Amino acid sequence: MMDVQLAERQAELEVLRYNPEIAGEPKFERYSVPCKTEWCVLDALNYLKDNVDPTLTYRWSCHMQVCGSCGMMINGEPKLACKAMLRDYPGVIRIEPLAHFPVERDLVAVADDFIAKLKRVKPYLIPSDKRSLEEGEYRQTPAQLKRYRQFAMCINCMLCYAACPEYGLHPKFIGPAAISLAHRYNRDSRDGGRDERQEELATNEGVWECTFVGACSEVCPKHVDPAAALQQVKVASTVDWYLEHFMSWVKK
Amino acid sequence: MAKSNKPIIWGTFAAGGEVVSLITPVIIVLILFAAIGRPPSALGYEQLHAFAAWWFGKLVIFGIVFLSLWSQAHRLRITCFDFGLRADGLVATVFYVLAGAASLWLILILSSI
Amino acid sequence: MSRNPYVREVSPTTWFFRMPRYMRYMAREVTSIFIGIFTVIMLVGLARLSEGQVEYENFLAALRSPVSLVFLLLALAFALYNSFTWFNVAPKAMPIQVGEELMPDMVVAGSHYVLWVILSVFVLFWAGVF
Repeated sequence: MMDVQLAERQAELEVLRYNPEIAGEPKFERYSVPCKTEWCVLDALNYLKDNVDPTLTYRWSCHMQVCGSCGMMINGEPKLACKAMLRDYPGVIRIEPLAHFPVERDLVAVADDFIAKLKRVKPYLIPSDKRSLEEGEYRQTPAQLKRYRQFAMCINCMLCYAACPEYGLHPKFIGPAAISLAHRYNRDSRDGGRDERQEELATNEGVWECTFVGACSEVCPKHVDPAAALQQVKVASTVDWYLEHFMSWVKK
Repeated sequence: MAKSNKPIIWGTFAAGGEVVSLITPVIIVLILFAAIGRPPSALGYEQLHAFAAWWFGKLVIFGIVFLSLWSQAHRLRITCFDFGLRADGLVATVFYVLAGAASLWLILILSSI
Repeated sequence: MSRNPYVREVSPTTWFFRMPRYMRYMAREVTSIFIGIFTVIMLVGLARLSEGQVEYENFLAALRSPVSLVFLLLALAFALYNSFTWFNVAPKAMPIQVGEELMPDMVVAGSHYVLWVILSVFVLFWAGVF
């Protein structure tokens, strides 16, 4: 038998719907969608939008776990809809916008807060010694690359914010992804911007709101391990604090 | 926004967490032996008094109890917030003052042995 | 078209029931209640020790009450839970790079467990349990 026939399955979806133009609370809408068993949740949503209700609103782009757009709560867990395979969800699949963020419409979460925080921590290279183009590229050894590579894998999908209860409880907390990205540049051998970033990171709204629940690392689809980044920032900030204060006493 | 002073407490929390994780279970086991009426010889009055009278013994006892006090005070503060007690400033003051008072008491006890 | 975002409130008192991982986190935080009380018991024991033999023997006798026994058993369970959660995440705070490679988490966590076993056995020997 060479016939490659994917098995069919009728997937039951419960999707949170919210229309900002009509006052009222978001409500779950139930849909029965004819799916292939090999589909992911995003495929089911696309089928729904194309064939059942074109007003259904959600973000997606790459369908391959790179763009970080399709983050949503699937059965209460923050997931990329393109990485959540239907075969792992035998029962009714409950889909909501990412937790802890306001809802723009249907499954779209308001990302403004995260974007603003990301800007504050300067997640870009601030060269320690500026070089002209003629001087050539900034060189880095494989060992220097490995120091930060894991933290550079972040795709800004915000699943870690939806998982972090401390962000839910203190919305001002700069949060896992932004601090991990700042840490990524702090650990980069070419960078000299740590002092500038510490102005944001070493504050009460910065790394000190983290209580190391570890949920961010458990849900991260790219294995960035934000919880590790934040603990390392705490250790470094603590060393800074003691050095700054003892040094100023010594000088007196 | 000003930099946080949380590192003062977090330093003792991190050091205390390490010490408590490594040593507290076995100390509880020793006390449990006493609680079932079979105190190990080190918990006898003569032996423990001699240990606490020795400068190194004092140092060990001080290190363990002091770090345990501050690390647990800090975690209790966070636990209160996590259970919904939002008066974080007040909670922090209460636990840190208690840990400070207990630390002073510890110094007084050890200096009188 | 004007925006009208809908904000979903997080309950400050019941949020941790939402996910098992939050419950595991709260169990770790709650260990501080038991370890905190146990620390106070150690302090009281030291105070009695400084007051004299009779006071100290009374302290040891008081440990034998059923309430104390139950508390100590609970404290041991929570202290062990605290230790294991601490050892398991210790590698995150201190990444060690040897040459090009970062040490696997297993190495740092594993050495914590080894150190813990050695230290515990040493203390039991020193205290005369064996």
